[in-house]
Amino acid sequence: MTTTPLLDQAHPAVKGGLLLEVTNISRQTDSIVSITFADLAGGLLPAYVPGSHLVVQYGAGVNAYSLTGSGSTPFEYIISVLQVEDGAGGSQAMHRLSVGDLVQVSRPRSAFAPVANATHQLLVAAGIGITPVLSHARSAVEWGTATDLIYVHRPGAGAHVEEARELLGDGLTECSDRASFQKVLAESLTHQPLGTHLYVCGPAAFMDDVLDQAREHGWPAARLHSEAFGAAELDDGEPFAVNLTRSGTRLEVPAGVSLLEALENAGKSIPNMCRKGICGECSLSVLRGTPQHRDLYLTDQEKAENTTMMCCVSRSLDEELELDL
Amino acid sequence: MTTTIIDNELESGVLPERIRHFPFPFSGDSYRYSANVEPARKLVETEAGSWGSFLIDVDEFYLQDLRDRNEVLEKDPTRTQVLPHMRPAVWDAITTLLPAMAEENPDTMSYQRDGNACRWANALQNLELEFTVGDDDSLPMGPLQFLGSQIQDDIVFLDPREDTLWLDAGLVTFAADWSFGFDVGMKFMEVHAPVPRVNDEPVINRAHQFLLRLQPGEQYRRTNWTMTVDRRLDTSTETYPIWAPDRGTIAADPELPNRLHLRVEIQHLICLPHSGAVLFLIRSYLLPLTDIAKVPLWRERLGHVLAELPEDMAEYKGISRYRKAASSWLLNG
Ligand code: FES
Repeated sequence: MTTTPLLDQAHPAVKGGLLLEVTNISRQTDSIVSITFADLAGGLLPAYVPGSHLVVQYGAGVNAYSLTGSGSTPFEYIISVLQVEDGAGGSQAMHRLSVGDLVQVSRPRSAFAPVANATHQLLVAAGIGITPVLSHARSAVEWGTATDLIYVHRPGAGAHVEEARELLGDGLTECSDRASFQKVLAESLTHQPLGTHLYVCGPAAFMDDVLDQAREHGWPAARLHSEAFGAAELDDGEPFAVNLTRSGTRLEVPAGVSLLEALENAGKSIPNMCRKGICGECSLSVLRGTPQHRDLYLTDQEKAENTTMMCCVSRSLDEELELDL
Repeated sequence: MTTTIIDNELESGVLPERIRHFPFPFSGDSYRYSANVEPARKLVETEAGSWGSFLIDVDEFYLQDLRDRNEVLEKDPTRTQVLPHMRPAVWDAITTLLPAMAEENPDTMSYQRDGNACRWANALQNLELEFTVGDDDSLPMGPLQFLGSQIQDDIVFLDPREDTLWLDAGLVTFAADWSFGFDVGMKFMEVHAPVPRVNDEPVINRAHQFLLRLQPGEQYRRTNWTMTVDRRLDTSTETYPIWAPDRGTIAADPELPNRLHLRVEIQHLICLPHSGAVLFLIRSYLLPLTDIAKVPLWRERLGHVLAELPEDMAEYKGISRYRKAASSWLLNG
């Protein structure tokens, strides 16, 4: 596997990720394009769990997009992006990309994984929500898991429709209006074999509606899955400052940089092991201020005392913390 | 004191590899449970040498350990089981670990993959073969047993679902006083229920949360330890009658320093990239007290750890009947 180190100005969310080249752009519909990324040397990219997303940097911002492949031995990552006129600008930046551009991306992150022991999958997608669900469908076909897909899209304006038809044949039901979808969904929720898991992706209101109906039909929560970007990762957090009383120094900790990293960058060596908030090695004494505890090490009671913090993951609720360091 | 001679031996590097690369686990004179997790492949320097830069360590016991494993499996096929939904995870492990081994041992191993067609060569076993990812019949003994014939580690798969982890596949021939056959299909927290102090100490729950939050591709490790009489890797519940009686007699045996081994497990926790399953690898290293004693600091530390260990923990590790004898040999012998 060839992975090229990132340039210096990488956004924290794509740190430790990959620098990839745009190798293909294909228009799916009026407002959706598919963008293909590949390794600069044409090498194998990290495999990913079906339903994973990629964080892609554009200028100073980042956006997460679902990967549409099955995730086994990928030589390319393909995302599909809906142009949003009034969004933060990510989708417009993606739509401006052209072949040959270099883009910084994270490693694939999994937050919408298939359940291994499902005997049958019911996939439900609306609009651009097809992307992670297509990834599930491909993987299910590779491993022979029985799969049905209900796909709601405007007539003639569905992305990846041909691929879905080819993959699933009779397993695909396309709907182009609310009433027909309602009928198909109700039918499907009633007649699924035991051991079926439902995966839904689309606009938030659409997902809520599908999940509500499934629960009304008696589906247990453990068998319902919806895409929730980034739920599995810690967010960048707010910037804060630390005052090191013993050395009389003040340090800024920007968003996306851990306190441990900030201290290390300032030449302090802090004992650490896991850098994930579990081992307890990097504990620091807090003299003033309220830490935002994000570790798994301290007990609830210790966290409430606010005299100790794990600097590899925890941050500050106050603008400044005073540390015994 | 004979430490001058030993120091010379240390400095001139004449210590055998099994000592130089032994993952001595104690950094102080006492031991308690901790979630001592760190990133995989991190080199650790010890008083005698170093360990840890490899994901899959191939050492001088490679062929011998694999022969032992094979014998165990022939006698007792229940040591390996795969619930059907774990097949993709097993293939994921093969396509993750073989390339790592080839990278770490370029002189003896090679791995190529083209789509689902793979080619694997392992000169240590005079082995060259081709197989197809996903096709169980393309490997002579099936995927998991094949993997178990290439690495010395015991292999356990944890499937994340319903906010917990299920032990749903594995190949375990070198268990230290537990039974894979009994635990298969159980939840992670149930498997750990007999560990003393687990209810008081949040270590296991913390580990559980940690494993659930691992992202595909992440690789961590931790160490654990116990003691074993003789260089016996298979001390599983299934063979209890064969090895357990030694625990009662070893304290009085003049051969104790040669026969009693510190057993260290390097446990790797790998979130597999494509299946998202957590692969739990357990590699067991055994070093007799006579070898430990060649490193003065190890001799002293192990002596103190054994003397100080609370009784319930010593009981759980199965060392309570001989730890005093071992400790006094180390500290005064
Ligand atoms: S380094 Fe392990 S808790 Fe911070």
